[in-house]
Amino acid sequence: MITLGAACLFLALVVALYGIAAALLGATRHNRRFTDSARRAVYAFAALLTLCVIVVEAAFARTDLSLKVVADHSSTTTPGFYKLTAMWSSQEGSLLLWGWVLSLTSSAVLFATRNKHRELAPWATAVLMGLGAFFTGLMLFDANPFARLSPVPPEGVGLEPLLRHPAMAIHPPMLYSGYVFFSIPFAFAIGALITRRLDASWIRATRRFALIAWLLLGIGILLGARWSYSELGWGGYWGWDPVENASLMPWLAGTAFLHSIMVQERRGMLRVWNVSLICGTFALALLGTFLVRSGILQSIHAFGASTVGGPLLGLIAAVVVGSALLIVSRLDDLRSTKRIESLLSRESVFLINNLLLVGLAAVIFWGTFFPLISELFTGNKASLAAPWFDHYATPLAILLVLFTGIGPLLAWRRVSLGAAKRLLARPALVALVAAAGLFAFTDTRHHPLALAMFSFAAFSLAALVQEFARGAAAYRSLSGGSYGHALLALFARNRRRYGGYVVHAGVAVLLIAIAASSSFQTSRDLRLRPGQSASVGGYRVTYEKPTAQISPAEQRLTFGSVLAVAKGGKPYATLYPSRNYYAGAGDPTGAGPVRSFFEGQATSEVGRKTTVGGDVWTAMQPDLSSLNPVINGADRRLERIAKGVSPADAKARQTIGFLQGLAVRAIEKRYLADPPPADFRVNVNPLVTWIWVGGAIAAIGGLVAIWPAPEARRRRVSDVYAARLARELGRA
Amino acid sequence: MEIVLALVIVAAIAWFVTVPLRRSEDEASAVASRTEDPAIAALEARKEAKYREIRDAELDREQGKLSQADWSRQDAELRREAVAILKELDRARGAG
Repeated sequence: MITLGAACLFLALVVALYGIAAALLGATRHNRRFTDSARRAVYAFAALLTLCVIVVEAAFARTDLSLKVVADHSSTTTPGFYKLTAMWSSQEGSLLLWGWVLSLTSSAVLFATRNKHRELAPWATAVLMGLGAFFTGLMLFDANPFARLSPVPPEGVGLEPLLRHPAMAIHPPMLYSGYVFFSIPFAFAIGALITRRLDASWIRATRRFALIAWLLLGIGILLGARWSYSELGWGGYWGWDPVENASLMPWLAGTAFLHSIMVQERRGMLRVWNVSLICGTFALALLGTFLVRSGILQSIHAFGASTVGGPLLGLIAAVVVGSALLIVSRLDDLRSTKRIESLLSRESVFLINNLLLVGLAAVIFWGTFFPLISELFTGNKASLAAPWFDHYATPLAILLVLFTGIGPLLAWRRVSLGAAKRLLARPALVALVAAAGLFAFTDTRHHPLALAMFSFAAFSLAALVQEFARGAAAYRSLSGGSYGHALLALFARNRRRYGGYVVHAGVAVLLIAIAASSSFQTSRDLRLRPGQSASVGGYRVTYEKPTAQISPAEQRLTFGSVLAVAKGGKPYATLYPSRNYYAGAGDPTGAGPVRSFFEGQATSEVGRKTTVGGDVWTAMQPDLSSLNPVINGADRRLERIAKGVSPADAKARQTIGFLQGLAVRAIEKRYLADPPPADFRVNVNPLVTWIWVGGAIAAIGGLVAIWPAPEARRRRVSDVYAARLARELGRA
Repeated sequence: MEIVLALVIVAAIAWFVTVPLRRSEDEASAVASRTEDPAIAALEARKEAKYREIRDAELDREQGKLSQADWSRQDAELRREAVAILKELDRARGAG
C-alpha cells in the first residue's frame, strides 16, 4: 500500500497543477467548462490526499517500520491511541495534515459556491490549488511521508514522550485546521482584488469559514495551554513561547477581521482594512506553521527539523508581497464613500477594538521576532522574556475587555449622548462597586493592573447581562412568554449577534482568570525529604512517601511522591506528582542502557487539586545523584556482557534486555528503600479553572454564531421586510 | 496489484476531472443558466445586509439604545437606501 500512497501523492501534485491551469483558463477566458473542471480537480485532490492519509495512518496502526515516518515517530511499544496521532508529530505528517485539511475545506467552499461567484471562484480556486501544490511539492521533494527505510529497523524511535497527552493528540489538528481555514477567505479576497469585485460578496461567501478558523484556532490554543499546564512541569499555561505566540497572532488578527467585516457588510466601510487584515491573518497563519517547523527560534513546542523553513518563508514572502501589491493597485476601487457618523456608534468601537487587537498582535510579533531582529543588527540573539510581553500586552488586553463591553451596548451609526449615558450607567456602576469591593477587601490594591482588569471585566459582563435582559424584555413585551423562552428566541432571531455576546462573556471570564492566576499566584520551589513539610500560600505541604512504577509496555520508569496538603490544620488534598523516564529516548550522548533512562527525555505528571477557587499545583524532580553508583555499576556490567555479543544474535540481545529490566527494577527498589530528596515546585493558582471554563463558554458562543439559521426562517424574515418595503417602493 | 490500483485511480480521476470539458453546448448552457449573475448577487447581498440593518435598528429601539426620534430618522434613511437597492435590483434583473 505504501507504493499506492506514494503514487497518490505524486498524482495529487499533478492534479493540483492541472487545477491551477484550468482555473486560470476559466478565469481569464470566462470559460465555465475550465472553471468546473478546476473545481472537480479540487475534489480529486481531496480524494487523493485522503487516500494518502489512510495509507500513512494504516502504516502507523500496524507499526510498519519500513516507512521512515513510522520508524522515526512510533514504535511497537507506543500506545495504540498515540500510534494514530503520531502522524502529526512528524514534519512529513504535519505537512500532509495541512494539505489534507486544505483540500477538504477547499472542496467544501467550492461546492457551496458552485453556482455562485462565477468571477471570484476561479481565481480563488487557483489560489487554493496553488497552496495545495506548494504543500504537496514540499512533501514530495523535502519531507516525503512515504520515504522507505532499508534495512528495516527492528524497533522504532517511539513517540516523543512529551506528546503522549490527550490534549496533544487533538491540539495540532485543531491548530492546523484553524490556520488552513483562514486560507479560504484569503483566497476569495485575492479573487475579489483581481476581479475588482470588492463589495461584500467575498465576505458573505467565506465569513463562516473565517469563524470556523477562529474557533478551531482558539480551541487549539487552549488545548496547547492545557497541555503546557499539566505536562511541562514549569507551572504555567502560557510562557510567551515563540510557538505559542505564533498561534495567538493569527487568532488576534482573525478576531479583528471577524469584527471589521461586519462594518463592511452593513456600512460598506473598512474595505482596505478588511482585505489587508485577511491577507495579514493568513500570512501569520503560515508564519505559525513556519515557526513550528523551521526551528528558527528556540521553543519548547517546536518538534520539527528545519528542512522546510526556506520554502515556507518563500511562500510567506510571496503572500505578503503579492497581496500588498494587489491591494495598492486596487486602492481606488477599495475606497469607501461612507464615513463613521459618530464616535458613539458600534462601528467606531469596532474600529477601536480592531486597533487594539492588531496592536496586541504587533507587540507579540515584535517580541517573538526580537531575537532575529537583534541578531540582524547587533550580531547577538537577544530574547525578550515573559515580563516584557506582560508589560506591553496587559494594558492593551485591559482596554480590549473594556471595549468588548462597550461595543454591544451601542447601536450602529449613532447613539445620542443621553442614550449612551443611560446604557452605560448600570455596567459602570457594577464596575465601580466591583473595584471598590476588591480594593477594600482583597490584595488587589497592590496590583493596579489586575484591579483594572477585574473592574473592566465586571463592566463587560454586566453590559452583556443588560443586553440579554433588555433583549428578552423587549421580546416579551411584543410576544409574551417566559424569560427563558424569550432568551431562546433572541438566539434564534440573531445567532450571530447573541452567539458573539456569549463569546465576549467567555473571553471576559478567561481574562479574569488569567489576571487572577498570574497576579495572585503563590509559587515556591522546595527541596524535601520524606516526612518533611513546608508552607506555601496558606497550605502545609508534607512529602509523605516516594512511589515508583515501571511500565514495560511503554518502556517507562516513574518516580513519584505522595504529598499531603493541609489547609488551616485540616487535611485538604493528597497529591501524586511524578517524573517519567523513558528507555533510550533521546539518547544522543551514548549513555549506557540504564543511564539512558535518565539522560533522555523525561516528562512530568503534575499533582493537582482543582476547585472553582483555584488549583494547588505540584511538580517534582527527584535528586537522583545518590542512585548514580547503582546506575553506573549496572551499566558497566551490562556493557561488559554486551561486548561479547554479536548484534545479529537476537537471543543474546533479548537476554541483555531482560538484564536491563532487572537493573531498572533494582534501581526502583533502591529509590523506594532509600528515597533521595526531591525538588518540588508548588504553585497556588487562584481561579485558574476559569480559564478553561471561559474558553468553553467562548467556544459554545462561537458554535452558536457559526450555526446557520434555518433557510425557512431567513426567508421569512427577509419576506417580512421585502413586503414592508414593497409598499414604499410603490410610493417611490 | 498496487500499480494496477494506481492506474485505475489515474483513469478515474482523469475521467472525473474532464467531465465539464466533454459537455455538449446544450449541457454547458444549462449549467451556465444555473449560475447567479455576479452583479445581481452583489445587489442581493446588499439588500440582505440592508434588511439586517433595519432589523438591528428595530432591535436597538426596542432595547432603548435608540430614542424614538433617532430610530425614526435612521429607519427612514435605511428604508430609502433599501428602496434604492431594490430599484437597482429590478433594473439589473430587467437587463439580465
